[in-house]
Amino acid sequence: LPFHNCHNDYKMKFSEEEEFPDLSLHNNHMAKVLTKDMYKKLRSKSTPSGFTLDDCTQTGVDNPGHPFIMTVGCVAGDEECYDVFKDMFDPIISDRHGGYKPTDKHKTDLNFENLKGGDDLDPAYVLSSRVRTGRSIKGYTLPPHNSRGERRMVEKLSIEALATLDGEFKGKYYPLNAMTDAEQDQLIADHFLFDKPVSPLLLSAGMARDWPDARGIWHNDAKSFLVWVNEEDHLRVISMEKGGNMKEVFRRFCVGLQKIEEVFKKHNHGFMWNEHLGYVLTCPSNLGTGLRGGVHVKLPKLSTHAKFEEILTRLRLQKRGTGGVDTASVGGTFDISNADRLGSSEVEQVQMVVDGVKLMVEMEKKLEKGEAIDGMIPAQK
Amino acid sequence: MANNFARILSGKRNVGIMSLVGAGSLTAAFLLNREHVTAGAQVRRVYPASADYPDLRKHNNCMASHLTPAIYAKLVDKATPNGYTLDQAIQTGVDNPGHPFIKTVGMVAGDEESYEVFADLLDPVIKERHNGYDPQTMTHPTDLDSSKLKSGKFDERYVLSSRVRTGRSIRGLSLPPACTRAERREVEKVVVDALAGLKGDLAGTYYSLTHMTDQEQQQLIDDHFLFDKPVSPLLTCSGMARDWPDARGIWHNNTKTFLIWINEEDHTRVISMEKGGNMKRVFDRFCTGLKEVERLIQEKGWEFMWNERLGYILTCPSNLGTGLRAGVHVNLPKLSKDPRFTKILDNLRLQKRGTGGVDTAAVGSTFDISNLDRLGQSEVQLVQTVVDGVNYLIECEKKLEKGQDIKIPPPVRK
Repeated sequence: LPFHNCHNDYKMKFSEEEEFPDLSLHNNHMAKVLTKDMYKKLRSKSTPSGFTLDDCTQTGVDNPGHPFIMTVGCVAGDEECYDVFKDMFDPIISDRHGGYKPTDKHKTDLNFENLKGGDDLDPAYVLSSRVRTGRSIKGYTLPPHNSRGERRMVEKLSIEALATLDGEFKGKYYPLNAMTDAEQDQLIADHFLFDKPVSPLLLSAGMARDWPDARGIWHNDAKSFLVWVNEEDHLRVISMEKGGNMKEVFRRFCVGLQKIEEVFKKHNHGFMWNEHLGYVLTCPSNLGTGLRGGVHVKLPKLSTHAKFEEILTRLRLQKRGTGGVDTASVGGTFDISNADRLGSSEVEQVQMVVDGVKLMVEMEKKLEKGEAIDGMIPAQK
Repeated sequence: MANNFARILSGKRNVGIMSLVGAGSLTAAFLLNREHVTAGAQVRRVYPASADYPDLRKHNNCMASHLTPAIYAKLVDKATPNGYTLDQAIQTGVDNPGHPFIKTVGMVAGDEESYEVFADLLDPVIKERHNGYDPQTMTHPTDLDSSKLKSGKFDERYVLSSRVRTGRSIRGLSLPPACTRAERREVEKVVVDALAGLKGDLAGTYYSLTHMTDQEQQQLIDDHFLFDKPVSPLLTCSGMARDWPDARGIWHNNTKTFLIWINEEDHTRVISMEKGGNMKRVFDRFCTGLKEVERLIQEKGWEFMWNERLGYILTCPSNLGTGLRAGVHVNLPKLSKDPRFTKILDNLRLQKRGTGGVDTAAVGSTFDISNLDRLGQSEVQLVQTVVDGVNYLIECEKKLEKGQDIKIPPPVRK
């Protein structure tokens, strides 16, 4: 909920002891980091747009988490949260992003020509390739906090920017509240349509307010470049195609992103970015590149090998089911993507996916022939 | 109450004083010199009202029917003294467009002052929801003198159980959509302290949702007492499920006939119930219990939110006035199949629900029958309406059993 300064002023009449959340059953990054002293220090603050510590942490208070899966437990309501509530966000970022320090600098590299290979992943195994990221429009608050007016402005600017795209990027915008039944059916058939979030992690953060006002989907005519407007972030940008040509998917990703960014910059609303955190997004887990580059790949033998998890860890990759996050694999086909977001560049992360998947496909082929793969197991990257 | 809350209460400009004069004789309550509540601090806004006005074109709820751009522009910059805003109050109605057949309210109050600061919207919503009750000109009668109830014992061959529920809010503390954790915990403390003072057949035990044992939980489930985190988006979108299950709990007396929910949709929900048809005894216990709880909180300097314009103040405008739903589970196999059943209920100012409660279907021919109205009539009047109405329904059922015809009764005075 968009709490304003006057509500936080009112809340300050109660002591931190009386207000501190009960986190005794919680298992998320926020709960591990938020001490009473930290709460006492930060609770009186708010960002210039009026977002407070309690606003950031509501989702983590409402969702205690899972013994096995460590969720983040907090969100940002605007760019300034990461600064005003540094004392809480810095240790969370460090825990989530492999020890990333408050003094570290993040490298951004969207020069697709720096990627080596990636055009020769065996399509008999690699069924599809995809790269996604998010972008936030500077000067507007983020989905947990934005007013309807702000959200509509983000949509308006996004539509303008996307309308300037041509050539391979020429496409169309479908607002969620105005699409025809035929359009909706087609978007569902293409697996493009996103719906109101149902995850309590997202709902508790307030990002589904006013649904479906100012939400929509844009995609190019070739259906290989897709943008979600005002879902969990201002923009989610997705490049994808069937087969294993990750090189091409990444090229289109970089080119498309840069074209869009130019248009936003012209309106003095570039993307939120800084040299410490890279691209600033709603969830701390998506800071840095915000990039998840991945493939759907058939690894029925390798995935049952005793060292599968270890191989993934060493390659800095993660596995998911083909339905995306929190789904199970079907028939030995996995979604394999980069585990890192912050502290390495886009090129580096996609390189790890390309190299890692290539190696795993070779391992799979070896296992098919009944050969051992022990000699192929990589060192920790 | 030597704590923050004492200072906050005394500092409020709008403290009203209510006294029930004479237990059972004079039942009018007096509100002395209640100051008109003006808005609190200005709300920080970036855009003109027109840019933020919600898209309500597909909506069917009371808020959407009455929130014109002009009213929105007038109220959107205002906040209550606690900082609750119009956008917060209407969020649930914006997020939940409603149903063509069922018109929901579409807004809530975050605190007592919401009903005054946002009166330009809430008054017409209240008027529509409560059949023309005009908060600007009318007063609401409160009457918890259960001795006035006539013929409150039903034929138990038809009536399986009897129940009366209402809600009460603790003045000075924000309501569930807006309350801070400290306020919610204070509500729990104030109410649990008071309930600990109940004696005799009202003596009971409190079960905190956070601390109950597995055994206690199972027992409460078996008794059909346990409430869980709301799943209805009507409720969750208003923010009342925040911090669950912190400071939520269930209290009930040892005989399991008087039950209180703490910090669910309202500060408290108070329920009196028993198997069988003795609505009189259920209502007696209801009134005695309520008055006793009120006496106990008043001993500590607290009081219920109430005013003569709106009666008891609760989170949802639909529950203003008495907040009272008195009902029975009644078996009406023949009458429920009669095409005149709905009209008979309408004229008796009754509504039917399934035996699972609101938005459930009837099982077999057993229905939950209760009063439609909440505001503009007293507790005694509404329970009498249920008693008279259910007796009439049973008479109809008996006539149909004997092959006799039944009549649609004339509309009860509203």
